[in-house]
Amino acid sequence: MWAYAGRRLLLAIPTLLGASIIVFAMVHLAPGDPIAAVMPAESSQAEIEATKRAYGFDKPLPVQYLVWLGRVAQGDLGKSIATRRAVILDVRDALANSLVLALSSSLLAFVLGVALGLLAAFRQGRALDKLASAIAVVGVSVPHYWAGIILIIIFSVQLNWLPAMGAANDPGVLAYLRHITLPTVALALIPLGVITRVVRSAALDILNQEFVLALRAKGLAARRVFAHVVKNAAPQILTVLGLQFGFQLGGSVLVEAVFSWPGTGYLLNLAIFQRDIPVLQGVILVLATFFVLLNLAVDLLQTVVDPRIARH
Amino acid sequence: MAITTALPDELAARATAPMSYGKTVAWRLARDPATLVAGAVLVLIVLSAVLAPWLAPYDPNAGSIRLRLAPVGAPAHLLGTDEQGRDMLSRLLWGGRMTLVAALTPVVIGFVLGTGLGVLAGYVGGLTNTLVMRTMDIFYAFPAVLLAIAISGALGPGLPNTLISLSIVFVPRVVRVAESATVQVKSLEYIAAARASGAGVRAIVRHHLLANVLGPILVFASTQVSLSIILAAGLSFLGLGVTPPAAEWGLMLNTLRQSIYVNAVVPALPGLAIFVTSMAFNLLSDGLRDAMEIRA
Repeated sequence: MWAYAGRRLLLAIPTLLGASIIVFAMVHLAPGDPIAAVMPAESSQAEIEATKRAYGFDKPLPVQYLVWLGRVAQGDLGKSIATRRAVILDVRDALANSLVLALSSSLLAFVLGVALGLLAAFRQGRALDKLASAIAVVGVSVPHYWAGIILIIIFSVQLNWLPAMGAANDPGVLAYLRHITLPTVALALIPLGVITRVVRSAALDILNQEFVLALRAKGLAARRVFAHVVKNAAPQILTVLGLQFGFQLGGSVLVEAVFSWPGTGYLLNLAIFQRDIPVLQGVILVLATFFVLLNLAVDLLQTVVDPRIARH
Repeated sequence: MAITTALPDELAARATAPMSYGKTVAWRLARDPATLVAGAVLVLIVLSAVLAPWLAPYDPNAGSIRLRLAPVGAPAHLLGTDEQGRDMLSRLLWGGRMTLVAALTPVVIGFVLGTGLGVLAGYVGGLTNTLVMRTMDIFYAFPAVLLAIAISGALGPGLPNTLISLSIVFVPRVVRVAESATVQVKSLEYIAAARASGAGVRAIVRHHLLANVLGPILVFASTQVSLSIILAAGLSFLGLGVTPPAAEWGLMLNTLRQSIYVNAVVPALPGLAIFVTSMAFNLLSDGLRDAMEIRA
C-alpha cells in the first residue's frame, strides 16, 4: 500500500512538470513578441528590463523555463497586465469562489446521480430505469453554457425569482446563496449524467454476480442485499465522484462566464479577453495542479477502499 | 448467367447458420429504435448543413435594422431574426456547417494521429511506449474544457486555432485507447502464430492488428464527437472560435445572449441546435457500442 502510494506520488511529478512546460509555452504560443505578451503596452523601459530579467528572455528557452519554474515554486506567478496586481492574489480570490461552486454543484450531482443510478439498477428495465437513462444522456449531451442561459431565461427573466449575475457586487450570505443556485444547477448537469450512468452500470455488474444470487437464495432482506451491492460498487462510485469533482473545478469556465460568477473561469475569460497572458498562465497552472493532486488523492483513496488495486 | 435458385433445405441451413460479425451488428442496429432515430436526425442535420447555400432563404449575414429580434413564426422569417435583423433559419443552417466542421475535424485528426501513435507505442513497447504514453499523460493534467480554452486563449481566436486546440484535446485520448487495444491484441495467440509463420511487422500490423483495434478506436472516437461539438461551440461562445460576422451556433448563442430580455425564444435556438446534434451523436455512438459489443 505505502509502496504503491509512493510510486503513484512519484508519477505525479513528471505530469506536473509537463503541465508546467505547457503553461510556460503559452507565452511563446501567443502571437507576437513574448515581451508584449506579458507586459502592458505603456510600460517604462525599466519595467521592461525587469521583466526581461525575471523571465530571462535573453537566455535560451530551457534556462528561461527553469528561471520561471523557480519563481513559480516560490509562489510568484508574475504580475497582471491589466491590473498590475500580483497574479497569485487574483487567482487565490477567484479559486475560493470556484471551489465553492465546484463543491455545491458536485454535491447536487453526487446525491442525485448516486440515488438515480442505484434506483435504476434495482429497477432495471422499468420506467424509473428509462427515466434515469434519459437524464444521463441529456446530462452528458447538453451544452451546459446554454443550459445556464435557459435557467436565466426561466428563473431570472420570466419568473424573476433568482438573480442572473452580479455575485461580486452583492454581499451577504443570503445573496450569495441566491447567486450560486443557478450556476450550481447548470454545472451539475454533466456530472449528474456521468455519475448516474457509471453508478447504474457498476451496480448492475455487481447485481449480476453469483454472490448476490446466493445472498438472495439464503433469504436475505432486500435492504441488506442493497447494502452489499453498494459496498461492492463503492470503489467505482468513489472514482467517478472524485474525477467529476476535478472536472468541475476546471470545467466551470463557460458557466462562470454565463453567470459572471467571480471564480477562476471568469478570471480566465477576462484574461483571454484582455490578452493578459500572466493571469492566463497563473489560473491554468493552479487549476492543473489542483486537478493532478485530486486525481492522485482519488487513486490513493481507491486503494484504501479496495486494497486489491495496489497489488496489481 | 444462370439464375441461382436456393433449394428449401439450403434456405433452412442459412437461417440457422451463424451470421457474420458485420451482419450481426447491422441486425442489432436495425432493432434499436433510439439509435435509428438518432441516425436519421443526424443525416438531416448533416444534409441541411451541406445544402445550406441552397436551403437558406436569405443571406445569413444580411440584416435589417427595422426587423431586429422578430419572433419565431414572423412573416417571411420562420424562426425569427437575430439582434441585427438577420434571418435565424438561414444563420442556423449556415452555422451548422461551421460548427460541424469545427467539431468533426479535430476528432478525425485525433483519430488518425492518435491511432498512429497509440498503435506504434503499443506494438513497439519499451522506451517508445514510455516516451509516448508519458507525454500523453501530461495532457491529462488538464480537464478537456480547460485545455481547449488555455490553448485557444494563448493562440487567439479563429477557426484554425480552434482546430489546433481541439486536436490537442483529442489526440491523447485516442492514443490511450489505441495503445491499450494494441497491447491487448498483440498478446493474442494468432499474432504469435503470424509471427511464427514468418509474417513481417508491416504485414502483422496491417492485416492482423489494425483490423482488430480499429473497431474499438472508431467507437471511442465517435463518443468524443458530442464533446467536440460542445467544446467547439463553447470556444466560439467565449469569443475564441469563429470570428463574427460568420454564423456559428456557439457564436450566435453568445451574441443573442443580451437579447433574452426582449425575446426569450430566439436566443435559445442556437443552443438547442447544439444540444440536439450532440445528443444525436451520443445516442448513435451508444447504439454502435452496444451493437458491436465493445465495453467502454
